[in-house]
Amino acid sequence: MTEPLHRALGLTDDELGSIRSTLGREPNRDELAMYAAMWSEHCSYKSSKVHLRSLPTEGPRILVGPGQDAGAVDVGDGLAAVFKMESHSHPSAIEPYQGAATGVGGIVRDVVAMGARPIAILDPLRFGPLTDERNRWLLEGVVAGIGGYGNCIGVPTVGGELQFARPHAANPTVNVMCVGVAPAERLVTSAREVREGSVLVLFGAATGRDGIGGVSVLASRTIEDGADETRPSVQIGDPFAEKLLIEASLELVDRGLLEGLQDLGGAGITCAVSESAARAGLGAEIDLDAVPLRERGLEPFEILTSESQERMLAVVAPDRVDEVRAVCERWGLPAVVVGRLVDGGALRVRIRGATVAEVSARSLADEGPEYARPREPPEAQDDLLNDDPTFATVTTSPEDAFVTVLSSPNIAGKRWVWEQYDSIVQGGTVRGPGGDAALVRIEGTLRALALSSDGKGRFGLLDPYLGAAHAVAESARNVACTGATPLAITNCLNFGNPERPEVMWQFAESVRGIADACRALETPVTGGNVSFYNESGDSAIWPTAMIGMLGVIEDYRLAVSQAFGPGSWIYLAGESFPELGGSEFGEAVLGVVGGRPPALDLERERALHLLLVHAAGTGMLESGHDCAEGGLAIALAESAIAGGTGFAVTIPGDEPPHIGMFSESASRAVLSVDPSRATELEDAAAGLGVPLARLGETGGPRIVFDGVFEMTVEEAWAIHENAIPMLLAG
Amino acid sequence: MRYRAQVVVSLKDGLLDPQGKAVEGSLPALGWTNVSGVRVGRYVQLDLEADGADAAEDQVRRMAERLLSNPVIETFDVVDISERDGA
Amino acid sequence: MSGLPRVGVVTFPGSLDDRDALRAVAFMGGEGVPLWHADRDLRGVDAVILPGGFSYGDYLRCGAIARFAPVMEEVAAFADAGGPVVGICNGFQILCEAGLLPGALVRNRQLRFVCRWVEVRVETSISPLTGDLVAGEVLRVPVKHGEGRFVATDEQLARIEGEGLVVFRYCAADGSLGDVHNPNGASNAIAGIRNEAGNVVGLMPHPEHAVDPDVGATGGQPLFASLLSNALARVAP
Repeated sequence: MTEPLHRALGLTDDELGSIRSTLGREPNRDELAMYAAMWSEHCSYKSSKVHLRSLPTEGPRILVGPGQDAGAVDVGDGLAAVFKMESHSHPSAIEPYQGAATGVGGIVRDVVAMGARPIAILDPLRFGPLTDERNRWLLEGVVAGIGGYGNCIGVPTVGGELQFARPHAANPTVNVMCVGVAPAERLVTSAREVREGSVLVLFGAATGRDGIGGVSVLASRTIEDGADETRPSVQIGDPFAEKLLIEASLELVDRGLLEGLQDLGGAGITCAVSESAARAGLGAEIDLDAVPLRERGLEPFEILTSESQERMLAVVAPDRVDEVRAVCERWGLPAVVVGRLVDGGALRVRIRGATVAEVSARSLADEGPEYARPREPPEAQDDLLNDDPTFATVTTSPEDAFVTVLSSPNIAGKRWVWEQYDSIVQGGTVRGPGGDAALVRIEGTLRALALSSDGKGRFGLLDPYLGAAHAVAESARNVACTGATPLAITNCLNFGNPERPEVMWQFAESVRGIADACRALETPVTGGNVSFYNESGDSAIWPTAMIGMLGVIEDYRLAVSQAFGPGSWIYLAGESFPELGGSEFGEAVLGVVGGRPPALDLERERALHLLLVHAAGTGMLESGHDCAEGGLAIALAESAIAGGTGFAVTIPGDEPPHIGMFSESASRAVLSVDPSRATELEDAAAGLGVPLARLGETGGPRIVFDGVFEMTVEEAWAIHENAIPMLLAG
Repeated sequence: MRYRAQVVVSLKDGLLDPQGKAVEGSLPALGWTNVSGVRVGRYVQLDLEADGADAAEDQVRRMAERLLSNPVIETFDVVDISERDGA
Repeated sequence: MSGLPRVGVVTFPGSLDDRDALRAVAFMGGEGVPLWHADRDLRGVDAVILPGGFSYGDYLRCGAIARFAPVMEEVAAFADAGGPVVGICNGFQILCEAGLLPGALVRNRQLRFVCRWVEVRVETSISPLTGDLVAGEVLRVPVKHGEGRFVATDEQLARIEGEGLVVFRYCAADGSLGDVHNPNGASNAIAGIRNEAGNVVGLMPHPEHAVDPDVGATGGQPLFASLLSNALARVAP
């Protein structure tokens, strides 16, 4: 081997130096493997930590912030909503079904590890254009994988997002968000008392060579030919095993048998044990002989870093181990004692009577490197901003433009996707996929969680700060449109190579945008995930901060839908400006991705949310719908299609019609009210300082843009509904 | 003795096989326009202890009838039984 | 005891809609009784439901492993003695694998999972779910399955139709039939069937998810009402 071992494992010379000085000696191969896994970007957040620190993470309803397996919010009556979002983009690019399936498995285990029963999944996704066969293949595989796994474990997939952009072709973005519920006092956090002498119990599936990948250079030369086949780069998920794991874990928590619970994800056993120990200020001893193996001949470094799925680690008082084993056995899951927590901070690994590794738990888990990488806006950034389609000459008629935008894959109906997901299992889904936000009720109450996932990659390309801030604003707006109060977010930050200053600049700006928006909208960040290295050659994905918003509505019977009914007056809340920068119209009709994203006034945004929540609470709204992608014309069409009811409106403004129809100005919503309550709405809006303009009325079988064009609701429905299925038919 | 058995389970003729149809429909685009009659089934491999090849096959057939195949809609074929080295 | 009809719901490893079935029974005025796959004990219930889900992950074939669970011997005996048995989705698959109902459920024609609200037409009042209904009634219920296509050999199908064993067919809102209303390609748009004796019924749609108006349409209410009145009639005086 010409390359030094540590470099082949992805560690820098400086990182090796740091390990040496912590240990006071040269690390051996197994210890190098543990460090390589724990100090990888994925596990240590070394390029992002320094920026993530600036995010607002506290608030009166925040029970658990970043740093645990998932975040938690107080949702009333002593209950906590536990949630988090994660990415599984890289494995999905290789094997879309299993990559997406195991992504679901991992995030669900994170929620279960907090002691919460998972009650909902959302999947925001990005692919390259569907005109390309490979992108169709990736989409089909990913959706089948999310459905195949999520449906089998009995957690409803209630929402998500699907959009397309050329730079995501080689690097699809697959993010998955999971939400669970638990009594707040039962949450399994590091606040629990964990003592020296507590036992570590590994339960679930056996351990194989899954996901070892990068550290496989450590394989000893005595392994026979064909070794590559025995080191799968793809992890295969077993949702049946996961279902049993969920039930066993929750029963253990219910019975009060656990001091701690951790799922095994990236860096496998090494991560679970070192984090459990470090959180308690203790060390640990691990006995690798005890780990149930799927095949023979695994070397210590393989057992330590394997990412085999469907495994959990429990921290148990010694006198309760037998009970824990009995519960696992009832669910058909092997459960073995693999070690214990000890005084001091050392993590000692033994196999066949010998100590093969001895490192510091805290060093592995908490003292990973931190980099403040250089950042620099891309040279061409100004050119992008100046390529503004807002006042470009447009030869396409408004009607043709409308058809183009309504049928563009970003806007078109996504039924093809969400009908592959079981959205009703567990009986709690009040509002499923297809609306602004999903509503999942909390069993035994009238309260429901409102959930939305949103990303604005195109805006992010043009202005990463604004793109990320818009994502937060839109996510909160989607929740508020149902009548729920936005409370907190999780997030997944999807970017290119952080070693490139342009990408690092995009990242830092995005985090700044999230921080400002979350502070203004009072939705703290409870945790999340960073996915770097989403690029091929010199082409990185659009900087995509995916936001997962959680809100609460006190009485879900008062929830507002986006569907028009006949006989209502239509209002636009919020103010419109000529802003086609980064718009769907710009890309789909003019072929332009350029210009400045719409301005975002966070105070106005907040006022709009207050109006929406108030209006819903008094029952004055017949419908409410976020006005964002595609602009006003699309929001109106979507409300008409949802309700099977047409409308007649006059688009305000003196500009050419397409500007008023397709500008994507922020902080707006399309509302409809019974005429008898119109004054009530106008007064409420005035009281909150929200601009409100009457656009027209609902009713009849036609959608009419006065003086511009009209068509039947049926025609609009067909355009919206059939676009994606037609593209997939190839 | 140790044996390895290989069983192929197929859909009965006459039953609609959408998987087979989908596969058959994809082949022309890849250059094979000379293919028809694609049927997609299931393959099961298992190792068992038995006193001889006949005894092994008999057991595998009964396993196939009882569990590995659904006689309402499937037929099966024991395609191979061979001795396996120990360890 | 309360005198309420007692309806058992079996939980297999991987069952998912067992809790929903128990909840629906209670919602409709019965007493739901959880039953465990490994117990040879029906706890004296008046009716049995095999619920939806992915028992044993749907591995090998849907229901192929669950049909050998110890509890299934008791369920077969209960059915043999005329007890009402309802198989919902995976439960329907288990009943077919166990030979308590004819035919089989295989992969959807479109090769994709489908979760959708559909209409089904009642074809006969001879079944534990349709005792209080008349043929021709249309109910709105959800389906959610990847292997819901009902198939049988030509002879079996002829017998099923000839003997009036079809209990539900996928249809339009007005009750008319048409391929576009068939969510999975099932033969003759069959959504549910009964056995000859009329005490065992299997259906792919999920009536337990259609009783609570807060979360959807309520086409499942008359089905559970029939089941409970059927079960009540069997309660010892």
